[in-house]
Amino acid sequence: MKRIGSQVGFYLLVALIIGYAVFPFYYAFITSFKTGSALFSVNFFPLHWQWDNYRSVFGEQPFARNILNSLGVSAAVVALSLFFGLTAAFALSRVQFRGRGLLLLTILSVSMFPQVAVLSGLFELIRALGLYNNLFSLVISYLIFTLPFTVWVLTTFMRDLPKELEEAAIMDGASPWDIVIKVFLPLMWPALVSTGLLAFIAAWNEFLFALTFTLTDTQRTVPVAIALISGASQFELPWGNIMAASIIVTLPLVVLVLIFQHRIVSGLTAGAVKG
Amino acid sequence: MVKSPRSRLGSRRVRTAWLFLLPMLLILALVAGWPLVRTIGFGFTDAQLMNLSAARFVGFENYLDYYQGEWYGLLADPDWWNAVWNTVRFALISVSLETVLGLIIALVLNASFKGRAWVRAAVLIPWAIPTIVSAKMWGWMLHDQFGIVNHLLLSIGLISAPLAWTASPDLAMSAVIMVDVWKTTPFMALLILAALQMLPTDCYEAARVDGVHPVKVFFKVTLPLIKPALLVAVIFRLLDALRIFDLIYVLTSNSRDTMSMSVYARQQLVDFQDVGYGSAASTLLFFIVALCTLLYLMLGRVRFDGER
Repeated sequence: MKRIGSQVGFYLLVALIIGYAVFPFYYAFITSFKTGSALFSVNFFPLHWQWDNYRSVFGEQPFARNILNSLGVSAAVVALSLFFGLTAAFALSRVQFRGRGLLLLTILSVSMFPQVAVLSGLFELIRALGLYNNLFSLVISYLIFTLPFTVWVLTTFMRDLPKELEEAAIMDGASPWDIVIKVFLPLMWPALVSTGLLAFIAAWNEFLFALTFTLTDTQRTVPVAIALISGASQFELPWGNIMAASIIVTLPLVVLVLIFQHRIVSGLTAGAVKG
Repeated sequence: MVKSPRSRLGSRRVRTAWLFLLPMLLILALVAGWPLVRTIGFGFTDAQLMNLSAARFVGFENYLDYYQGEWYGLLADPDWWNAVWNTVRFALISVSLETVLGLIIALVLNASFKGRAWVRAAVLIPWAIPTIVSAKMWGWMLHDQFGIVNHLLLSIGLISAPLAWTASPDLAMSAVIMVDVWKTTPFMALLILAALQMLPTDCYEAARVDGVHPVKVFFKVTLPLIKPALLVAVIFRLLDALRIFDLIYVLTSNSRDTMSMSVYARQQLVDFQDVGYGSAASTLLFFIVALCTLLYLMLGRVRFDGER
């Protein structure tokens, strides 16, 4: 009897956890299908399926363009971080040299920077390069937080690969570049997928730089576009539109999480527990 | 002295290593190092956003200045200290709550039961959602007139009138903490779960055979064993919480009741165009976080030499 009781208690706890984690998302989902006065009554189940909010999100502002901006910026950030992260990780994990520990420490500490601490310096740099209100300003500034993390995780991963792999390649006269591309790259896929996903999510979600370095509607990324959706007055926010936009940008992330949860979890824990 | 072929090979290898490192180091120097140096430099000037090149050196005036019997500057600014206090309060309360909730969730996920992978995926959702989106979702749920939270509290009779969660001075910080806890507990839970899964199973076997109560096992065995990992996770989250910007900016905008150091610094920098003063505030925040990072590295006893 006591056993069954604790079983029931355990599953209640599990249900509570799932409800806590998912309910806000679910509630935004059902709100996104409500329009007019239906918005102002609380329901726990969707009553009707109206796509008006989704239509007006794309109709009233360049939201499709914002999504493309976010996709482009995030993809570029992932590609650059993985490329420079991989070459740096090779040097940091496979070669013994003086100052290596200090170097890793410095790189790690960059990822702890409060973003606002580089804001004015970065603003000056971006204006000097003529990149203000240009998506490239976001690509380069996002490297501040994606690159140190990528280097760190790839280094810890590469460190664990056996020495013999490389030695055989050196005997065959392969150049360091060949070793990275032909020997390590094929073995690094799991770590690359993990760090790539994390970098993608971080870039997709970034707000402060995107808010500060872009100005016009067509250059905005999705988080800024959502934050700036406004109604006729400050007190009349179009909640239906905001929820529809939120669902649109979150759904791909939820799908990514469901497909790659193992890779994401191992990337997260490699970044923090090992570090 | 003639070097042996082996050490020649070694030094060539080291040269190659630097070649491989150089692009990454140049990028970080350009996007992180140089801007940081400039920010610290701007902190000693009266720079304005629209005309940065006209900046004049003003010494420590942005930090503290005495003029006609009055103190000026950041260190004498009650709004700055209010932001510091808000940030510290926010960081301590939300990280404590996250740790406790994260522990509970991690313990549940560490038990083996049907559908565990699904629960873990569900828990990951708040983590993956953009902070802006979670701020908006909760902003809607906490809406004073039409929000579901007020609706529920009213219907079970806990409150008699709707609460203005994000607008009232007493509640705004609680609302921010509530949303942050929802958003970042998964991260905590996953880190703790990773630590739990690395624990040796034999001491649990022994405890079970001896009939030790599970609660006692948790406090006597589990907690001491995961303490190092827990500490690292807590400090990791604390550092993150100290620089909080987007959640507060979107959920409660520039309200004085919740303004964090980052929000304060950006308001000075961008909204008031006062780059000198805002940079000084950013610099202070940077040193606070740097201090905590040092603490983290010492406590975490991380090994950086590459050998394990």
